[in-house]
Amino acid sequence: MTGSIQNRDAFLTQIAKSLGRERRSKGVAVPAWKHRPQDEVLKGATQDELVEVLKTQCMKIHTSLVVTNLQDLPAKLGETVSNYGGGPVISWKDERFSQWGLDPLMKKGWKEKDIELYEWDESKGSENIRQAEKSNVGITISEITLAESGTVVLYTDKDKGRTVSFLPATYICLVPKSSIVPRMTQAAQKMREMHHQGKQVSSCVNFITGPSNSADIELNLVVGVHGPIKATYIVIEDL
Amino acid sequence: MSMKIGEDKFKERVGKGIDNTFMRGAVAGAQERMGTRRENATEELGNWEEWRSHGEEIRKHVLENLDFYLEQLSENVAARGGHVFFAQTAAEANEYIQGVAKSKNAKKVVKAKSMVTEEISLNSALQQAGCEVIETDLGEYILQVDDHDPPSHIVVPALHKNKEQIRDVFAEKLGYQKTSKPEELALHARQKLREEFMSADIGITGCNFAVAETGSFSLVTNEGNADLVTSLPKTQITVMGMERLVPTFEEMEVLVSLLTRSSVGQKLTSYITVLTGPREELETDGPEEFHLVIVDNGRSSILGGEFQSVLNCIRCAACINVCPVYRQVGGHSYGSIYSGPIGAVLSPLLGGYDEFKELPYATTLCGACTEVCPVKIPLHELLHKHRQVIVEKEGRAPFAEKMAMKAFGMGASSPALYKLGTKFVPSVMSPFTDGDKISKGPGPLKLWTDSRDFPAPNKERFRDWFKNRDKGGKES
Repeated sequence: MTGSIQNRDAFLTQIAKSLGRERRSKGVAVPAWKHRPQDEVLKGATQDELVEVLKTQCMKIHTSLVVTNLQDLPAKLGETVSNYGGGPVISWKDERFSQWGLDPLMKKGWKEKDIELYEWDESKGSENIRQAEKSNVGITISEITLAESGTVVLYTDKDKGRTVSFLPATYICLVPKSSIVPRMTQAAQKMREMHHQGKQVSSCVNFITGPSNSADIELNLVVGVHGPIKATYIVIEDL
Repeated sequence: MSMKIGEDKFKERVGKGIDNTFMRGAVAGAQERMGTRRENATEELGNWEEWRSHGEEIRKHVLENLDFYLEQLSENVAARGGHVFFAQTAAEANEYIQGVAKSKNAKKVVKAKSMVTEEISLNSALQQAGCEVIETDLGEYILQVDDHDPPSHIVVPALHKNKEQIRDVFAEKLGYQKTSKPEELALHARQKLREEFMSADIGITGCNFAVAETGSFSLVTNEGNADLVTSLPKTQITVMGMERLVPTFEEMEVLVSLLTRSSVGQKLTSYITVLTGPREELETDGPEEFHLVIVDNGRSSILGGEFQSVLNCIRCAACINVCPVYRQVGGHSYGSIYSGPIGAVLSPLLGGYDEFKELPYATTLCGACTEVCPVKIPLHELLHKHRQVIVEKEGRAPFAEKMAMKAFGMGASSPALYKLGTKFVPSVMSPFTDGDKISKGPGPLKLWTDSRDFPAPNKERFRDWFKNRDKGGKES
């Protein structure tokens, strides 16, 4: 992939001229800011306290929250999918599902119940999108979870399609307890660190806070517009 | 649609706004609800002033080094395989985007809500290039289906419409047969728009904040429409006003937090999406090709001048939601896609005084806007500054103000004339007077008395009363 840049010089020279100085191409560093109120939010909160904050926030964002452990995870996930009306289900291709003991449910249990599961497969091209569009449930995993706002953070890649969390009618996100941080500040810092370590930031990072909604008609809240109509987070305590 | 909406003159627009009772009720209700939500969301932080100061210092630093950060941004976008086009004018931006559309032989374009694309009239440029353009934000979609009714609020564009009107529009244009329940209307739009997403050739978005350090940009929505716009079509074009960027993810995070709390009173909206370049090799959703169009369109002439701080704006509409003038006249009265206090400051700068000279007068200078602005733009001071510029440099105060000042100057400079004037007032006004009030005033009084009574001039002037009092009140 090669990019391109057009018309830059005249454009930036005009800006420098308006600012009454020469063009600046280097020598600008992000200053040490005078104010950093974002560091004060939920400062020093323990992981258990953050779970409580997340719980309270989920009630405000129309999102169900289930707290469980690895042992009960298959039962809880199975139950949530059934409550959403069963399949078809689409998930990322992610080894963690198997590591967390979900194979018996996802690869066997659902088959017996006629709940169809489609796992994202880069070799199938646009078939992935077609599958996501017809799915009833989409399942992903949160990389970072923001307690303050009730937000899950997803990094997409070839095995983790963007549309798994947007096209299905309902959405389930698995949340390792250790992924919970106070707020977006910590997520932004992590993303920046990754960049500085030479790891390329994902082509798409999603900060998802509950189901899709709109207040465009007389300011009435309608839950479920373009994206999922319902959402559940399953917090896994021993991860 | 360009920045200017409609051909009516300012007074006609305001008249229409004031006569539209539903709209005024809706706007008042919206201001109450959004204002309260904003207040709660900002107060719960406990140190909102500190947040505002941080927002302001970030915006200020970026504007002072704008050429540096734009260069860094463009390098990093290109390094990730994106195409960056710098457009000094609206025409250049449109021409470039038309070119991309033609090269892709595009027939259908889906769009996520973007003020800058409205500002440059991108939709009509795309239509000229043979594309069907579909707005996917629910509010914008409603307006589009209703023969392109202009938006009246930058966050809630269809605020002036009630659900029955929306049902009627859907019934007439989309064959909708259900009720006016918002859930049913939204579900219908969801189904219709799903088909459009799946078959679109190009997706177009605006940009909340670009991130110079990584060549990324963020989109903030509640509906998730921007995510489908940027996941499904093979080509994506993002249009950004040149000032809408930050140095790194850390500053982006702060401005996103300021935006969501100030605009809709949410800690974060449902979807905040950070995109970098096109899809990676082997990824099967997301665009194959990504274009970033950076637009000046008059912004550089604001830089370095006394109005520079208006470029701090993050388009949250908090100022609109507290403005007493907007509350009375509604968004369409401003005649610009940018309404309310921010619109009254920005429209004359981007669109010129010829089109928008009345807007700096559509304010009480109460300062409520300045108080709520999350990036500390001194909005009411800038409005006052506009008036100074209009009177002093442009020499074009509104005609009525000029005449009134002239007449007052003449009358007040001569005690005899002033005395005569005040003496005649009661008899001149008597045909319009009903007891002690005027209900149907002539000339300049008409606008006032259309909506309320004006006290009739007292038959006994203060001067006469005072003189009489000196004489011990014997004459009365």
